[in-house]
Amino acid sequence: MIEATSIYKEFDGNVVLNNISSTFKEGLTNLIIGQSGAGKTVLLKCIVGLMAPDKGSILYDGREISGMDKKEMLGLRREMGMLFQNAALFDSMSVLENVMFPLDMFSRMTYNEREKRARFCLERVNLADAQDKSPDELSGGMQKRAAIARAIAMEPKYLFCDEPNSGLDPQTSLIIDELIHGITEEYGITTIVNTHDMNSVMNIGDHVIFLANGELCWEGNNKEILNTRNKTLNEFLFSSEILRQVKEQAQHNK
Amino acid sequence: MVIADSIRTFGRYIMLMKQVLSMPQRWSIFFRQTLREIYKLGVSSIPIVLLISVFIGAVLCIQMKTNVESPWMPKFITGYATREVLLLEFSSSIMCLILAGKVGSNITSEIGTMRVTQQIDALEIMGVNSANFLILPKVAGLVTMIPILVIFSIAAGIAGAYAMAEFSGFMTPEDLTVGLQYEFDPWYIGYSIIKSIAFAFIITTVSAFYGYTVTGGSIEVGKASTNAVVSCSALILFFDIVLTQILMS
Repeated sequence: MIEATSIYKEFDGNVVLNNISSTFKEGLTNLIIGQSGAGKTVLLKCIVGLMAPDKGSILYDGREISGMDKKEMLGLRREMGMLFQNAALFDSMSVLENVMFPLDMFSRMTYNEREKRARFCLERVNLADAQDKSPDELSGGMQKRAAIARAIAMEPKYLFCDEPNSGLDPQTSLIIDELIHGITEEYGITTIVNTHDMNSVMNIGDHVIFLANGELCWEGNNKEILNTRNKTLNEFLFSSEILRQVKEQAQHNK
Repeated sequence: MVIADSIRTFGRYIMLMKQVLSMPQRWSIFFRQTLREIYKLGVSSIPIVLLISVFIGAVLCIQMKTNVESPWMPKFITGYATREVLLLEFSSSIMCLILAGKVGSNITSEIGTMRVTQQIDALEIMGVNSANFLILPKVAGLVTMIPILVIFSIAAGIAGAYAMAEFSGFMTPEDLTVGLQYEFDPWYIGYSIIKSIAFAFIITTVSAFYGYTVTGGSIEVGKASTNAVVSCSALILFFDIVLTQILMS
């Protein structure tokens, strides 16, 4: 479980996050949604410790991230897996080497055990055939799947995904969403996904927080979101004419 | 303003070096990376070092013969002056200026691209000391290879001068050989190697600093690459004076 309490962050006097508090529970796929520039990426960076909030605290199972010494931080980092927006696979390594990399660095396994684990992770994301390819030979969706395999190689307790569906077609997005959701449930990990893809919200949003102008505007799940009376969230959700018509149709059918 | 910016940049460089010059997290991976860098930065530079050195050696021989020739000068002066220029300045300082362009821009663009494509963030998230992991093998690789490159450069330069004397006929190879051997001080090779090791450290760390701290996209990586080469060249020239003062006085 990850608890964010009263997170505040500003850049040159421009407030990006203002008093954000939420609890991200384990075994659930937690989504941070909002328009571009709403503060989603900054919040995610604060949560993973790539950026320090100006005020507030982040607790990982009761452990305050800002109070950790180097050794504790290193221990926490080994419990994290992250999928970046552009996959961030290492270009100088093959897909298999990418997945093996965290194991090479931190596990005490033998080479054969590490390779076996990496192959297992690649099979889990249906990418066993691509293990010898280099990242630039893979499609965008395959790169994301390889990055997921790398993220789960060390059996993390926390999984973070920054815009996992950006640049992907709807069908591939669905595959990535289901993969993230499946892994979260299977391993009981705490997953936080930063997205503005409404299909993801409806498919895998066990817990959703909505940010607008750096503030937490709404919190709930994918079942509650369509019936919300929150004006800002409704404007965000139904900004397209098609979605508005879908909602009107749904209300009419009731 | 410029002074404040320079002090700030120097402070950031020192902070980065503190991260770089720490114990590798996995020695086996560090050695593997270092071997890769020895090949990439050092071995792959051998052809350009040999090519430039052979031609500069030959040109130096012609220039010395043409400009220093006088009835008052001994015949061996061409070989002597060519050797001194090659040993004392060309094969260490000028060769490192050339390597700053080749190796420095390579390091900055490689690390800069890793920064803008979030590969460095990915390393940090895993708990890897990214500065140490990426930069230290490059420093170790080039510092290991630079004495070899310097010796290759000296040998190729002398070979170029000898070939010029042999095939052009404007002086005898015997006169050149006497000059090349005249009052040879082996310390000059040590001096050349010590200087080049310092320059190799400057090339790798300054270029890596520019790449590691880049923000933005491909245009910024390009700018960082240019800035790295300019800074490396300026620092090499500055430390050439400092080291010459220390080592030769």
